[in-house]
Order: sequence, then C-alpha cells, then structure tokens
Amino acid sequence: MTHSRSRGAGFRMSRRQLMAGIASISILASAGIPALAQDKPPTSEINTTGLAVTDDTVTVGILHSITGTMAISETGSVQAEKLAIEQINAMGGVLGRKIEYIQEDGASDWPTFAEKAKKLLVQDKVASVFGCWTSASRKAVLPVFEQYNGMLYYPTFYEGLEESPNVIYTGQEATQQIIAGIDWVAKEKGAKTFYLLGSDYIWPRTSNKIARKHIEKLGLEVVGEEYYPLGHTQFNSVINKIRLKKPDVIYAIVVGGSNVAFYKQLKAAGIDMTKEKPLLLTISVTEDEIRGIGGENIEGAYAAMKYFQSLDNENNKEFVSEFKKMWGDDMVIGDVTQAAYLGPWLWKAAVEKAGSFDIDKVREASPDIELDTAPEGYVKIHPNHHLWSKTRIGHAMPDGQYEVVYETEELMEPDPFPEGYQ
Amino acid sequence: MNAMSNPFFTRSGWLYLAILAAILLVVFPLALDPFRLNLVGKYLTYAFVALGLVLCWGHGGILSLGQGVFFGLGGYCMAMFLKLEASSPENTAIQSTPGIPDFMDWNQVTALPWWWEPFRSLPFALFAVIAVPVIFAFIIGFAMFTRRVGGVYFAIITQAVAAILTILIIGQQGYTGGVNGITDLRTLLGWDIRTNDAKTILYFVCAGLLIASLLLSQAVHVSKFGRLLIAIRDKEDRVRFSGYNVAAFKIFVFCFAAALAAIGGAMFTLQVGFMSPSFVGIVPSIEMVIFAAVGGRLSLFGAIYGTLLVNYAKTSFSESFPELWLFAMGGLFIAVVMAFPDGIAGLYNRYLAPHIARLLGTMRKRDAEGHSLANPAE
Amino acid sequence: MIGDYTYSEFFSILAMQGFAGLILFSVFVLMALGLAIIFGQMGVINMAHGEFMILGAYVTYLCSNFVSNYAPALFPIYFFVAMALAFLASFALGVLVEWAMIRHLYKRPLDTLLATWGLSLVLQQLYRSVFGAREVGVTLPDWLMGSVALTDIVEVPINGLFVMGLTLAITVAVYFIMFRSGWGKRVRAVMQNRIMAGAVGIDTRRVDRMTFGLGCGIAGIAGAAFTMIGSTGPTAGQLYIVDTFLVVVFGGAASLLGTIASAFTISQAQSTMEFFMSGSMAKVLTLLTVVIILMLRPQGLFTLKIRQ
Repeated sequence: MTHSRSRGAGFRMSRRQLMAGIASISILASAGIPALAQDKPPTSEINTTGLAVTDDTVTVGILHSITGTMAISETGSVQAEKLAIEQINAMGGVLGRKIEYIQEDGASDWPTFAEKAKKLLVQDKVASVFGCWTSASRKAVLPVFEQYNGMLYYPTFYEGLEESPNVIYTGQEATQQIIAGIDWVAKEKGAKTFYLLGSDYIWPRTSNKIARKHIEKLGLEVVGEEYYPLGHTQFNSVINKIRLKKPDVIYAIVVGGSNVAFYKQLKAAGIDMTKEKPLLLTISVTEDEIRGIGGENIEGAYAAMKYFQSLDNENNKEFVSEFKKMWGDDMVIGDVTQAAYLGPWLWKAAVEKAGSFDIDKVREASPDIELDTAPEGYVKIHPNHHLWSKTRIGHAMPDGQYEVVYETEELMEPDPFPEGYQ
Repeated sequence: MNAMSNPFFTRSGWLYLAILAAILLVVFPLALDPFRLNLVGKYLTYAFVALGLVLCWGHGGILSLGQGVFFGLGGYCMAMFLKLEASSPENTAIQSTPGIPDFMDWNQVTALPWWWEPFRSLPFALFAVIAVPVIFAFIIGFAMFTRRVGGVYFAIITQAVAAILTILIIGQQGYTGGVNGITDLRTLLGWDIRTNDAKTILYFVCAGLLIASLLLSQAVHVSKFGRLLIAIRDKEDRVRFSGYNVAAFKIFVFCFAAALAAIGGAMFTLQVGFMSPSFVGIVPSIEMVIFAAVGGRLSLFGAIYGTLLVNYAKTSFSESFPELWLFAMGGLFIAVVMAFPDGIAGLYNRYLAPHIARLLGTMRKRDAEGHSLANPAE
Repeated sequence: MIGDYTYSEFFSILAMQGFAGLILFSVFVLMALGLAIIFGQMGVINMAHGEFMILGAYVTYLCSNFVSNYAPALFPIYFFVAMALAFLASFALGVLVEWAMIRHLYKRPLDTLLATWGLSLVLQQLYRSVFGAREVGVTLPDWLMGSVALTDIVEVPINGLFVMGLTLAITVAVYFIMFRSGWGKRVRAVMQNRIMAGAVGIDTRRVDRMTFGLGCGIAGIAGAAFTMIGSTGPTAGQLYIVDTFLVVVFGGAASLLGTIASAFTISQAQSTMEFFMSGSMAKVLTLLTVVIILMLRPQGLFTLKIRQ
C-alpha cells in the first residue's frame, strides 16, 4: 500500500506535471517543517478512535472511478481533491499533520465502490473520504459509512432526499440548482412553456419533479416531459416533438455520453440555441462536459450552477491558475470539480475547529463551518450537512466557457426535503 | 448407471475435496480479518456461477454469456424480501407513503405493486430465488434448444437477453430501484446482517453451500447424464440418432447452471447488503465465464480456485495499479484462451499432479483414472 | 393527435419522423454491417467491434486537430480524408488481430468470443492511457452541422443525410465486393465450404484475414461518421454495442440481407414509438418485442446455416 500512495499521485502525470509536483513538494518541505516544529497536539489526544493518524501524518481516502464509463466525469474531481490536499500540506497540513491519501478506483461499478469504501474505513482507517460521483455510488457506500462511522465529502449536485450524518454534501441539492434558474428564465426571458427532458434515473426524475411543481406554482406550463435510457444516442424523435410543441424553454438534464449526442443532434436539426427560440436551460452540462460536446455545438445555452470557471473573483483566479499549473493548461474546471476542491478544505476547517480527527467531533463541529477562500465565494455548512451557496446562470460561449449572466443576491438555503415539492 | 466403474470421486478426488474444505472452512477464517473474509465470501458467490459454467460450457459445450441474468434474478429476489423487511412503516416514517421501499417513494409510487407482496414471506422469497431464474432459463433454453440453436449464436442471444434485462430493470426504477439497485438492506428476520459476526456466519453458510453445490455438480457429472452431456458436446448428432432427446438434456443443464448462479446471487445480496443491475449486464456475465476459464473449464475444483485467484488479483491489483489491471485482465482473457485453454486445472494435471502422485506413492492405476475424470477431454 | 395541429403541421411531422426513422436505420446498418460480415464469414462475433469503431472516431479526432493546426484551408473537406484514414487504421488493426489471435482459434469459435472481449478491455484502457479518460471533442466542418429546410417546419439535419448517403454507399460497395467481384466469390466459397474451397486452390487464410480486416474497417468508418452524432471517449464503443448486437441477432446474423431487414424493423419500431411515448418506454417496448420474437424464432429473421 505504501507504494500506491506515491505512485497513485505520480503515475498519470506527464513530465511537466511531474516537475510541477516536485517543485511544490520542495516548497512544502521548506514551508512545512517550521510549521510542524510549532506546538502540535499529541496524537493520543486528537485521535481517540484509532484512525490512521501519526505524529506527522494523517491518511485520507480518495474514492472515484478512474476506469469505466464514469471516469470521464470523475477525473476532474480526483484532480481537484489532490490539488487541495497538496495546497493544505504546503500550508503545514492539518493540526500539524501532513495529509497522505490512499486512492481507490470505484471502476464505475457500485458494488466495487462499496467494497473499496469498506476497505478504506476498516483496513486503512482513513480519517475521511473524498469521493463518489453518481447517486448510485453514493447510495452503495452510504450504509458502509454509517455502519463504520466514516465521513464522506460528496461533490456532485444531486437529487436531495437524503441527509446522512456521515456525509457532507459539497454540491447543491436539487432545489438550489432548479428554483432560481426557473425564476430567472420566467422573469428575464418571459418564458411561459417548458419541455422537460432527462436521462432516465433518479436525479433527472427528481429534479424534473421539483421543476414541474415550481413551474406550475408560477402559473406557467409544462408541455412535455421525457426520459431516455442512460447512454442513449439517438434524439431525433424527441427533437421533432420539441419542434412540434414549440416550448419557450427546453429544460435538459441529459448526462454522460448521451449529452454529446443530444447537443450535436439538436444543433444539426437546425435548433439554434443562440436565437433562444426555444431557449435551452440545463443543470447537467458543466465546462467539463462541453469539452466532449464541443463549444460550437452548445453555444447560446444557459446553465444553472453554483460555479463557473469564468467567475470573476480573486479566489477563483488563483484556483484556476493553480489547477492548470498542476494538471496542464488545457484543463477546464466545472461545477463539480470546484465542489470536490472544497471537500478537503471543509474537512480541514472542521478538524481544526474540533481540535480532533475523531469522526464524531468533526461531525459536531461541521455545522456553520465557513470558508471564505472558496473559488465560488463564501460557503457555509448548514446543520443538514449541505452547503449554503448561490445559484448562478451561465451563458455558453463558443470557446466552451460560460459567461455569468446572473447570480442570486443571497446564498440559497439547502433544503434536501423540500416541502411542497414532493 | 454404472456405479462400479464410475465412482463418485477417486481417492485423489476425495483428497482434493478435503483440501478445498480445509482452505475454505479453516484456513481462510483463521488467517483473514473479518473484512477480508467478507471479501472472500463475495468471491465465493461468483464461484457458484463458475461451477454451473463448468457443467454447462465445459462439459455441455453450451456457452452462456448471460449467467449474470440468473445471478442477478436470484439476488433481486433475496433483495426484495430484505428490502421489504427494512421498509417497515416505522423505518420509513419520513416518506410520503410510509411502509414502501424508499426508491418507490422517490418515484411517486404510492402503493406496493402486487408482485412485490409475496416477497414479504421468507419461504416464498427463498423459493423464488431458485424458481424465478430457473423458469427464465427454461423459457430461453426451451426456445433455443428445441430449435437446435447453439454455439456462438446461443452465446450472443444470451448476451442480448442480459443487455435487455439490464435496460428493463434500469428503466422501471419505480419498481426495481433503477440504476441504484436495491440498497440499504439491514436485517434478515430481525437478525442484523451488517455486523462482523453475522458476516462471518454468512461466510460459513456460503462456503458450506458452495461445497454442497460442488458435490451436487459432481453427482451430475459422474451420472449417466454427465456422460451424455459430454457426448452431446462432442457429437450431438450421434446422440440424437441414438434416440436421446438432446434438447431436454441441454435445457436441464442450462437450468441447473441457472439455479447455481441464483444461489450465488442470493448469497451475494446477503453478504454485500445490496443488489444492483450492474450484475445483470454483459460485463459481469463475461467476467464470470473467464473465472471458469482461468480455473479450467472442465474442472469443478478449478472453477472455484480460478474464481478466487482472478478476484484476488483484481482486488490487489486495482488497489495499486488500476490502469494496469485492465490490461492484465484483458491479457488474461487472451492468454487463457490462446495458450492455456484448460486453465489452472490443465496446468496442474499436466505438470504438478504426476509429481505429487509420485511423492504420495499412490501413482498406480487408480490415479490414472482420477486424471481422466478431472479432465475428461484428454 | 390531429386535433391540436393543422394538417400541414401534422404531415410535416410525419415527414420529419420518417426522416428520423431513416437516419436511425442508417446508423444501425452502419454499426452492424461490419459485425455481420465477420460473423457470416467465420461464425464469430467480434466483441471488440465497438472499440474498432472508437478507433475510427479517434483517428477523426486526430485528423481534425492536425488539419485545423496545419492546414485550416482544407478543414471543410478533411472529413473525407479522416474517414479513409479511419478505415485504413481499423483495417490494419483488424488484420493484425486476425494474424495474432483469431487465426489460431478458428476451430474454437466460442473462444474467439472471449479473446476478442479481452482485446476490447485492452483497447479501452489503451485509449484511456493515450487520450485521457475524458471525452474528446471532435470539431466538424460547419457545413456538416447544419440543416436543410424543406418547408417552414420540415428541416432535415445534414449529418443525418450524410450518414444515410454513407450507409448507402458502403452497402452498395459491400454488395459489389461480396457478390460481383472475384474476391467476393472466393469469400462466399469459403463461407459455404471451407475445406472444398481450400481444395480448389483458394487461399482461405488470406480470405479470412481480409474479411476480418474489411469488417473492422467498416466499423472504423462507422466510428468516424458517428463523431457527428455522438461522443468520442474510451468507453463510447459500449454505447453502441447493445444495439449492434440486437440488430445482428435479430437479423439472423448469417445473412447481410437479414441484418438490413432487422435494422429497418427495429429502427422504425423504435422511432415510431418514441414519438408517441417517452423515450425510455419506447426502448423498453422495442426490446421486449425483440425478445419475444427471438423466443418464437430464435434463429432470427433470416437464416442460412445456424443448425450444426
């Protein structure tokens, strides 16, 4: 296992990335040692439950798919988590301990996720786990985390309907993405009719359920609702139906490889999104996905997220440049990647507030943890373990970036069990 | 049935059985911590499928690339019972419709579908674990074998069935849990299956059932039926012209393999605590074939060792080098097929068995017989 | 239905749905043709078919990068070159695979299934190591991504027309190769009786190799064409493989005509149902129908020699 720690990090790096890595390790060595020399709480006090904490190190787990179909989406999260860990180490680590990570591959297979989660908690005794992407993988590991009392930082925007004491949800639950987006198209674009479209699984179905309730609450109309199997590649029929129904807004929650097929076929069918007739609003296409779709094929679409790579603030500029320094200039950063980056930082803040690595104390300390260095701006953990965050609307540009056209004034309160939307 | 010339096991056969039982029931439980033991338990559930494949594919020449279907159906039947037990109205009080499984509530299903109702009863669920996959296998087998469809064409049809069933399960998420599967299973008749003690007990149940299945498979193999099966594989037409109903034999062995796979699936659900459609699909179905191939497609013992070996390699490799693992797995497929078609058992019989026999001093007529039993193709 | 729409709207939709069905049909034929040729020739399903398609897609990706960097003037027509190169790359890999693996396994067709499955795992990981785990975006010439407006409502996507044209061209080419050329005669002779074909002096090994290469090469072209309508990533081949198998199995596998007929039936059923119900439901119903028909007629729509 000791091999995998070092190789896990270095294995996939190009030479340039490796050089950058070496450079940052030497910075870490010079910056880290004085910090360690300062008063450091003894291990026996800050680790009473036998986690993998030594006098100098603390071990955490990273659990994502790096093989299989989901590797497409999860690669960015792994990169962000490694960046955050490296930066924290360069600042002296957590409670004077340098973070080491053990990376496991969920292989896009839910039982494998459960198996690896158990391994990380039972055998490696990691102090926290950053990982999972799909709802299915989270559902598979959830009983494991609850049984062995681990802490999972889960980065993806998801359907809600869940509030586990053993998970911190750093992405948005459904209402945080949906409601402000629909309000915005209704108010700013005068949208009256909506066509809801999604891949056929729990997240799009739950999200569309909330969207439909909200649309009807606003007195507007849903003219169609459709689901296609995951991995579906032929969308010509639904495009015809959309053309027939002439909705003001296509509300699309298509994921994975289907995404690419859908947007390419939409463009080829002559629906020009830049004309906004109909307007396309999505909550599933981040900058990461646009790489596969091609910026020219989705130009003019709107996305409701909490983070865009183009956000104009100091935190984000630094984050983007560090990310590119570590992983290459051609990288793009999407909403989930940023949420994954928050995980290690939120954990660090909670551990320091608790003054302990013990899971129970970290959980107790987690509510109201604030982070004003987040690339998305200020975030705060709600007692329900989700984050307060803003909803932003981005307008897709041909270069594959979003231009932020709107953001909510206030932070949106996370509400995983929204009253009146179920 | 000519029992005299065809004993249940040869002397070395009994020895192999004793070694296997010792490894599974003594060595593993003593040497491994509960976590690793549970992992081995999970691997053993795949070995049920591999056993069935040895009979079906190795001996009968029927390659099914859809064994995951039966594994999955068995697992789902078990999971439905456990899920209903976990979804008591008290446990699910926060749902808009308490008392139904959580995924149904999320999908706006407001009442338990009628075909879920019988799964409240454990005896029915256990019966269904075997019956549902076997009936399904019978339908497929009857349709294919009575029309003399076989070989590669049968393999791809079973594969298409696996693909279709996966899409069906994922598409009907209100009733099946969709792509998430049926998760968060907790108790069996009030007995918490998530504790380490429970997992250890389940391991022993699983290992015991596996050995029983091995004996049953061996019984089939040494019977007249087993001989006929090999005859069908080698010269189907001659068997048919001798007046045997070839299709009936093939249907039987296919159903038998399905039943074994289903037991494996049910044990999987119990030990892992959930069932997901990813087991029903093409990929796991083919992986299970490779377990049998690595062990040696003709050897029942080989199937179990092959399953353990491939899964052990998969787990330990993928912990350190996930990228290399896929190359290794792909390479293994190719190498086993091209260079070692008889797998571990073939290598053992060729190189090790004679030496061991000589060492034991039992290298007489008896062993030559055991030899040909373990590897009847040679 | 008609109640909500005027007659002209209704007929326009009918026309567009007809086109959608034809496009789906072309896609299915393009996917399945290579697989069916190989199956017909050697009784073997190439489980790495999807990966050969993705090889074609990656070749297109490399071409588009190369042309836009070094010869932007040629960008509008690079796609034709890319398809030719995709064919060559997949053909070459196919010949190599036949030489290294398949020819040793002709006596064991079931084992070929497993070996090519192993190959598909290796290829997937190879793509991931070389091109990264993420999908790559293939930039296409603008003229391919537009649509032709026939009337006010009826618009037909050009890439769909392109796929239809391509499918037609390849089908015609395959027909001539298989049924009108000397080489095709040899292929069919080997298909019908390998031993006799060898006895009359046909180099059966060479015929096998070329047929396998041809099947893979067509998969490569299909992959190149599908960059217009789908994604290009290490595991994207898996998106197509289920439909491909279904088409081949349903068609009866041994006959090219069967493959085309089955592609037509499945695509029409699916696109018609997709229009009247949710896509997920349409897929399920299509698949159920296919399964039921397969149970009643397991040898598929058309058969030559399934019985052993």
